[in-house]
Amino acid sequence: MATKDIDFSSKGYLNMQLLRFTTAGSVDDGKSTLIGRLLYDSKSLFEDQLDAVKRASVQKGSEHLNLALFTDGLRAEREQGITIDVAYRYFATPNRKFIIADTPGHIQYTRNMVTGASTANAAIILIDARNGVIEQTYRHAYIAYLLGIPHIVVCINKMDLLDYSQEVFEKIKADFNAFVAKVLPGEDLRFIPISALKGDNVVKPSQKMEWYNNSTLLETLETIPIDQDHDMIHQRFPVQYVIRPESDKYHDYRGYAGRIAGGIFHPGDDVMVLPAGIKTKIRQIDTFNGPLDEAFPPMSVTLLLDDDIDISRGNMIAGAGDLPKAASEFDSMICWMNPKPMQFNGKYALKNNSRDVRCVIDKIDFVLNINTLEQIAGRTSLAMNEIGRIHLRTTKPLFFDPYTVNRQTGSIILIDEATNETVAAGMIL
Amino acid sequence: MKDYNLTHLRELESEAIYVLREVAAQFERPALLFSGGKDSIVLVHLSRKAFHPAAFPFPLLHIDTGHNFAEAITFRDDLVKKFNARLVVGSVQESIDTGRVIEEKGINASRNVLQTITLLDTIEKYKFDAAIGGGRRDEEKARAKERFFSHRDEFGQWDPKNQRPELWNIFNGKKRMGEHFRVFPISNWTEMDVWQYILQENIELPSLYFTHEREVFFRDGIYLAKAPFMAMKSTEKAEKLRVRCRTVGDVSCTGLVLSTADNLEDIIKEIAATRVTERGGRYDDKRSEAAMEDRKKEGYF
Repeated sequence: MATKDIDFSSKGYLNMQLLRFTTAGSVDDGKSTLIGRLLYDSKSLFEDQLDAVKRASVQKGSEHLNLALFTDGLRAEREQGITIDVAYRYFATPNRKFIIADTPGHIQYTRNMVTGASTANAAIILIDARNGVIEQTYRHAYIAYLLGIPHIVVCINKMDLLDYSQEVFEKIKADFNAFVAKVLPGEDLRFIPISALKGDNVVKPSQKMEWYNNSTLLETLETIPIDQDHDMIHQRFPVQYVIRPESDKYHDYRGYAGRIAGGIFHPGDDVMVLPAGIKTKIRQIDTFNGPLDEAFPPMSVTLLLDDDIDISRGNMIAGAGDLPKAASEFDSMICWMNPKPMQFNGKYALKNNSRDVRCVIDKIDFVLNINTLEQIAGRTSLAMNEIGRIHLRTTKPLFFDPYTVNRQTGSIILIDEATNETVAAGMIL
Repeated sequence: MKDYNLTHLRELESEAIYVLREVAAQFERPALLFSGGKDSIVLVHLSRKAFHPAAFPFPLLHIDTGHNFAEAITFRDDLVKKFNARLVVGSVQESIDTGRVIEEKGINASRNVLQTITLLDTIEKYKFDAAIGGGRRDEEKARAKERFFSHRDEFGQWDPKNQRPELWNIFNGKKRMGEHFRVFPISNWTEMDVWQYILQENIELPSLYFTHEREVFFRDGIYLAKAPFMAMKSTEKAEKLRVRCRTVGDVSCTGLVLSTADNLEDIIKEIAATRVTERGGRYDDKRSEAAMEDRKKEGYF
């Protein structure tokens, strides 16, 4: 691997950070070429992969190495020349390891974009410089905002076809800004003029666009600060599993295993256990490697408490003075993901953190025209790939924060109880 | 200001532990697919961490092709003893003897494909409802689209076009009777991550991964181990060379690389300089462009 620039044997590699990003673009924006370029120029491809793509390029009659072929996945996709699902790719530089959620851009695949966006720290939105900001750009930008992706990088691609014109770049930037200012201001937003095909400003700075004296895409991805991407303020610990060893040595051990979803926990902290509403203190934060002085997202740990309380999976341990919302009725934005449309007043299984409940959708406030963001009232259902705002009632209360505060505690999925399929993703308001 | 970042290895570890705990919470009879290879050894290590100080709440399941490296079996048995684990073995030889599968013949015969039937039969026999595997998305293009929780119908088949969407860290393990899940806790790890983690955690590996002298022969760009059950062409000659395994499968499909690396640091340097993917040395993937995709649909690991 290209890993020549990385000193794997040193402590450097052991200190790298992880950045997850998603890519959104329309069919011909050159998304696959961009990812191929990132992998190729960062020397993350192996010889056998390169050879396979070289062979295929020649076979298909390409003039140059067809970078898009690197991201070709399943046979069905190769035959149809499209991407049918989220594919995950990996590469590393001396500073960071990257996970790319590569999602297709055509309209019927909103659900895949939502899926890829759900775990991303950053989103790359691709715009074809020849077309500028089009309806699909709005859709991609809106999904990135809706899913709470903290950092957005707009890549204006195919600059080589427009003489690397600064004017074109500035115009598209202004159009995009006008759109987002209207919807959701205050995001970390960056613009980069690139040519994925020629390699300008992807990994190497462009010689053709000296007017742009800012970071390349890769430099940007390497330096985006991600330490504030989790909620570090409100202490949230969804109990995932109870550990009770059946051994004499640990006879009285009762540990609550889970992954910290928010805030920083210390031994001695006052916490409250929900739904019991009982206050206690953290006695110890336990791990295989010994107890910890503090724990923060997204660490998987085991909490031991001062008092013997009946706690099980689906409970929440939260800062005693700073509780999450507890409610069995709430509003949520929702993306429908199943070919079978939403049933109004239908009952679904619902998962939130480690909690399993049932719910009924008793109100649809509006369905969004995702290209214009117009709110359409009076609808009684949502079809696949539609996004809307609904009201839900649950059989038991959930413990959550608004999605905009905490992406873990504020997210839900709905499951069709007849087919067991995941049919919707929700962001609690 | 204090730095509240996890290193990428710690973050991947935490993610894998989370997934393993979800398996224990959502399924009644999970099992961990153990091959004796490094990825499944890392899974055992992660399982010990996830349920500490309790024992991990699932048995190890080994699908034994009968064509093993002796070192891998010795290692397996030692590990089972050391961690007081339970071991369940599904035998391909038994599947052949009972007529469930027919042994391939000829030069390129391998029991690799037959394993799928044995695996599915064993899952059914023990009523396992989740099989935890060491598959990684960086290994192969069909695996790049795999979920953490991968649903299999009652025939054990994978339908890549009809996978459940997987969002945030919410995993849907709901299923009907007779269906099961494959779960891949180290989906997001790369080969380099696995090696770095083995180094960081000082995890013990079978001696096969380190340099040793072995009788090998060269076929289609790969060194394969000489063994009684490996048919050789008249033009192929066995020679003694210093080699090591980059992956460990059964003998018929495991390519060996020329190497003098006898410690983890050297192996990592070697991998960093390698110009061929890990599965480039897997004989089973060379059968066709979509070899992995086809096997996965049928229920392969």
